[in-house]
Amino acid sequence: MMEILEGSHAVAEAVKRCRPQVIAAYPITPQTHIVEALASMVADCDLDADYICVESEFSALSACLGASAAGSRVYSATTSQGLALMFEVCFNVAGMRQPVVMTIANRAMGAPLNIWNDQQDSISLRDSGWMQFYAEDNQEANDLHYIAYKVAENHDVLLPAMVCFDGFILTHTYEPVDIPTQEEIDAFLPPYQPVNVLDAKNPMSLGMYATPDYYMEFRYEIEEAMKRARKVFAEVGAEFGEIFGRDYSGMVEGYRLEDADIALVAMGSICGTTKDAIDEMREDGKKVGLLKIRSFRPFPSEEVKAALAGVSKVAILDKNISLGQKGAVALEVKDALYGTGTEVLDYIIALGGRDVRKRDIRAVVDLAEKGIGDQFYGLRTEVL
Amino acid sequence: MRELRIHGRGGQGSVTAAELIAVAAFEGGVYSQAFPSFGVERRGAPVQAFVRFNDRKVRLRSEVYEPDYVIVQDSTLVGDVDVFGGMREGGIALINTEKELSVDVPEGVQVIVIDATAIALKHLGVPITNTTLIGAFAAASGEIALPALEKALRARFPGKLGDKNVAAAEYAYNLIKGEA
Repeated sequence: MMEILEGSHAVAEAVKRCRPQVIAAYPITPQTHIVEALASMVADCDLDADYICVESEFSALSACLGASAAGSRVYSATTSQGLALMFEVCFNVAGMRQPVVMTIANRAMGAPLNIWNDQQDSISLRDSGWMQFYAEDNQEANDLHYIAYKVAENHDVLLPAMVCFDGFILTHTYEPVDIPTQEEIDAFLPPYQPVNVLDAKNPMSLGMYATPDYYMEFRYEIEEAMKRARKVFAEVGAEFGEIFGRDYSGMVEGYRLEDADIALVAMGSICGTTKDAIDEMREDGKKVGLLKIRSFRPFPSEEVKAALAGVSKVAILDKNISLGQKGAVALEVKDALYGTGTEVLDYIIALGGRDVRKRDIRAVVDLAEKGIGDQFYGLRTEVL
Repeated sequence: MRELRIHGRGGQGSVTAAELIAVAAFEGGVYSQAFPSFGVERRGAPVQAFVRFNDRKVRLRSEVYEPDYVIVQDSTLVGDVDVFGGMREGGIALINTEKELSVDVPEGVQVIVIDATAIALKHLGVPITNTTLIGAFAAASGEIALPALEKALRARFPGKLGDKNVAAAEYAYNLIKGEA
């Protein structure tokens, strides 16, 4: 049913319908409203889960890891410095192949301290073995949680997943969201069927020591699971579309790309503003389109290459920077387009919550037309 | 698409006002979006909140720079903050003030003043003006219907508190309708 609510609460409602058995999280802005809502649901007996109060994010994800290894469906949520504190555990969760789902309310990394949005936090965990899905709006943020659990728990995958949605810009925005019923989600997402379960009666070890004779094979298996996740995501996304009418079979999504000369590439909420700017530019006769990246891990290189086959120029809107190189999305897209000769220009934009208007998107396209790129967009040179 | 910008001070309920307006608009079949200017929730500091009204999905995520409507919850902000910034001909500025106010507004902008503090004190017993101003906004803009607003208020403030807030909003609505 369509209702209007805050993005954080839309996500909490989605998590509730996924029936997690254990939730462990530590509150941090701008993720707080999600876990507050879930804590209330548990306290009010609206959600039959154990809510474990912890003293840090390190403990939150560690508790999730243990509970998942014991066979539970688990959930956590964090952002920025909280995610950074989970760094070590993130690798352990993936290495032990636990399908934990965690919401990231994307926020900038300190120092300097900044509570506002960019995507540096989750991007910095890109190599951890977690899948990463990015939402454009609160509908997508809601839907991606159901899909994330189903993909993560698939026995061909068994990898954790981050559902990333922009802090404040989405978490604190009221907008209409069509939230499926519990019955619908129960039919779509059956209970978790673990492969290996920690059980005192049948002792087993997880995540133990691997010597040079074995370690590489563990890493290889994770990479193979990531490869299989592409197909599973497409299948689960298509199934979701058939049931709910919102198709998520694509790890990327094109907007007015068919006859575009210039393609913008972006992730998350900036895609909405970009679409509005594209409509304006189209009215002015500019052939501009957008490629939205929904899944950053696994990265859909083949889909990106196919979607951008007809364009002459690609302008990347990167809400992050791999310092010492470029924006992370640009690096991936350049890799996908290697050998095609397509010009790829990178724009580091909207770091630390700087607002992006339609005119900023138009300005980026103007720069791309002139071949000026690989730079920060919108720097206040007067304070440098 | 129409856009509203609310200017207030931290603690005056600007964000709640934006949310209630969006909920009431959605109730009336409008696609609405409400959000605060993030991270400035210090008591007494100037704050902003925004609402968009559209007949289809709102994709735009930037702050509101060219509002069709402005609500000023605290007239002491006028002058300190460019509350009328970006307003155009046909725009409506609703200002809470208890005294005569001389303001310099862009050409063609209609200014409506209301002593929302007095109305809030009378109906709520506290000088929290957001729900009063929403009633006035409903009358001045036509963006939200009074029954939808009452429903949104009662959902947010159950019981007697809901009754009081509805009374304040209704009084302001009728006051503006009478003057219009």
